[in-house]
Amino acid sequence: MTIDRRSFLKMTAGAGAAGVLYGCASTGPSGSTAEVMPKTGRRVVVVGGGYGGTIAAKYIRMMDKSIEVVLVERNDHFVSCPFSNLYIGGLMKDLSPLTIRYDKLVANHGIKFLQAEVTGVDAASQTVITSKGALKYDRLVLSPGVDFRTEEVKGYNLATTPDVIPHAWKAGPQTVLLRKQLEAMPAGGNVVLTIPLAPFRCPPGPYERTSMIAMFLKQHKPKSKIIVLDANPDIVSKKGLFLKGWKKHYEGIIDYRPAKKVTEVDAASKTVLIEGLEDVKGAVVNLIPPQRAGQIAVAAGVVGSDKKWCPVNPTTFESTIHKGIHVIGDACIAGAMPKSGYSANSEAKACATNIVNLMNGKELVDFSGINTCYSFLSAKEAVEVTGVYKVDKAKNAIIAVPGSVGVSPDLSELEAVYAESWLKNILTEMST
Amino acid sequence: MRIKGIQWALSAAVLAMSASAFAAPPTPAMLSNACAGCHGTHGESAGPSMPALAGQSKVAIVESMKGFKSGERPATVMGRLAKGYSDAEFEAMGEFFSKQKPFTTSQTLDRAKVAKGAELHEKNCARCHVENGKEIKDNSPVMAGQWVKYLEIQMADYHSGKRKMFDRKAEKMKPLSQSDLDAIAHFYASVK
Ligand SMILES: Cc1cc2nc3c(=O)[nH]c(=O)nc-3n(C[C@H](O)[C@H](O)[C@H](O)COP(=O)(O)OP(=O)(O)OC[C@H]3O[C@@H](n4cnc5c(N)ncnc54)[C@H](O)[C@@H]3O)c2cc1C
Repeated sequence: MTIDRRSFLKMTAGAGAAGVLYGCASTGPSGSTAEVMPKTGRRVVVVGGGYGGTIAAKYIRMMDKSIEVVLVERNDHFVSCPFSNLYIGGLMKDLSPLTIRYDKLVANHGIKFLQAEVTGVDAASQTVITSKGALKYDRLVLSPGVDFRTEEVKGYNLATTPDVIPHAWKAGPQTVLLRKQLEAMPAGGNVVLTIPLAPFRCPPGPYERTSMIAMFLKQHKPKSKIIVLDANPDIVSKKGLFLKGWKKHYEGIIDYRPAKKVTEVDAASKTVLIEGLEDVKGAVVNLIPPQRAGQIAVAAGVVGSDKKWCPVNPTTFESTIHKGIHVIGDACIAGAMPKSGYSANSEAKACATNIVNLMNGKELVDFSGINTCYSFLSAKEAVEVTGVYKVDKAKNAIIAVPGSVGVSPDLSELEAVYAESWLKNILTEMST
Repeated sequence: MRIKGIQWALSAAVLAMSASAFAAPPTPAMLSNACAGCHGTHGESAGPSMPALAGQSKVAIVESMKGFKSGERPATVMGRLAKGYSDAEFEAMGEFFSKQKPFTTSQTLDRAKVAKGAELHEKNCARCHVENGKEIKDNSPVMAGQWVKYLEIQMADYHSGKRKMFDRKAEKMKPLSQSDLDAIAHFYASVK
């Protein structure tokens, strides 16, 4: 007999006692509800070993060694989305410069690492259910990134469609598949890239990808074009700079079409449909689906009334729905901060600081964070958007500090040099 | 600390709902940790072009930030980022990084350039950049062990006139060739 873990959780949550969980576990269908790593002292469980989770785990331990931190991640390594567009464009041999492992991070800071899929959270009994067993927590940090609102694209099957029509919006095998498809494509064929309505992970990301694919086509596929179907009324981020770069390098290669929302896909014929009015076919189709907070945030019940993202307190990043659960990174609503790796990094540090303060009965500290997000336009030129973010007490929300937000004045080789250093530093922060 | 008493009296539920109303202003660590996304944890930059800030002089950091903010010092992101902070916050960040233990970079350097740079340093720079750039004098920064690529970018900015310098510094620096500056950068980067 098998029992769906989520309904099991609901049952136990309904019963309302942690003891029930263990009671069931001994006779339960799988080992997954038996406690793994029984809790001894004070414990924070962090779900997700990406841009947000690694940093939250590390900074909690740096600030208070008496708090046990368990980092739960489904994979034994992490591949960075930042710079994955450069790989797709052919500027990197493989994904190794974008890949980090957890061994050094875990050893340096005494973090406990559990490679497992988190399948449920019971806020009432402060328990996380994983494929390897249950974990009790005093506080929980969720940094699961995004999952897809596939129900908004008719014909999209998460189990099969991405094998034919990659999204490559989570770096790894999907990224490799997209590049392979581009390489295998006949010269003269068209690439179709589709962009969902904002907000999505990395506002300038689709336009950087457009640039990198155009660069690849220019070099390797004469007469090929990239058709960009953007659900948004205009380029969402760094518009002037992207248009400038496209004109400078990719005139005639990029066919950008705003206000084209993909509502249906037919994987077999590599065709996307736009609100029943138009269909567009490609030799390669890169459909970036609309997004929401990672599924585990949905399961934990911390997604807000928009059914997409998680509302949080701007100081502690604690869910405004369930106490004791903090949400950072792409999954949370961080006011004016964009959904970027750098934002996740800053949010993680503020969240860690105030979790430690909360657990020690100390005064909370207001958020101060940074976002810097680089995009490559060609092999050697990059641009960035940057800003400083703080809490507006009256609004009880994170706002951009006036004057600090802006973009590069022009395409720049120096920005590309600094961009590479940014990647090196942020991945080192996450992995050591 | 001021409102700790009140805070203690609050229930956890109230705290969770309106924490920001009761929180203290960003501490030096809160402000500085955000910089680490580019400059490395505690300012220990993994390189190759982002400068390490760990153990840097407080005055040099504050002066740099003020220069970035006013636009006097050329920058990419830093000109805008500096506008996000007050002078008091520059002081707090300068204090934070100056207190971190100095960080030694490990990078491959050209030995011939290092040797040539050592001589040029003695002749031209040593009066202000004391102890081979390890110690600070007035508002000169610590340069010993800094990433060479970063030093090269700074030298280029000075040499091209993009970054302003005192007359005394200009007198020494203007006559130097590109390869001289390169050598000097390698020298400072090599100092442990
Ligand atoms: C093409 C592209 C380019 C980008 N470029 C930039 C850039 O240049 N700069 C920038 O700042 N940002 C960039 N971003 C955005 C950046 O990737 C995200 O904002 C960042 O990864 C968010 O961090 P996170 O911690 O929320 O999620 P992630 O970094 O995605 O981490 C989530 C982790 O949680 C794990 N996980 C999720 N659910 C579970 C579960 N149930 N059980 C166990 N583990 C789980 C996942 O395996 C993953 O490792 C880019 C994104 C894309 C797609």
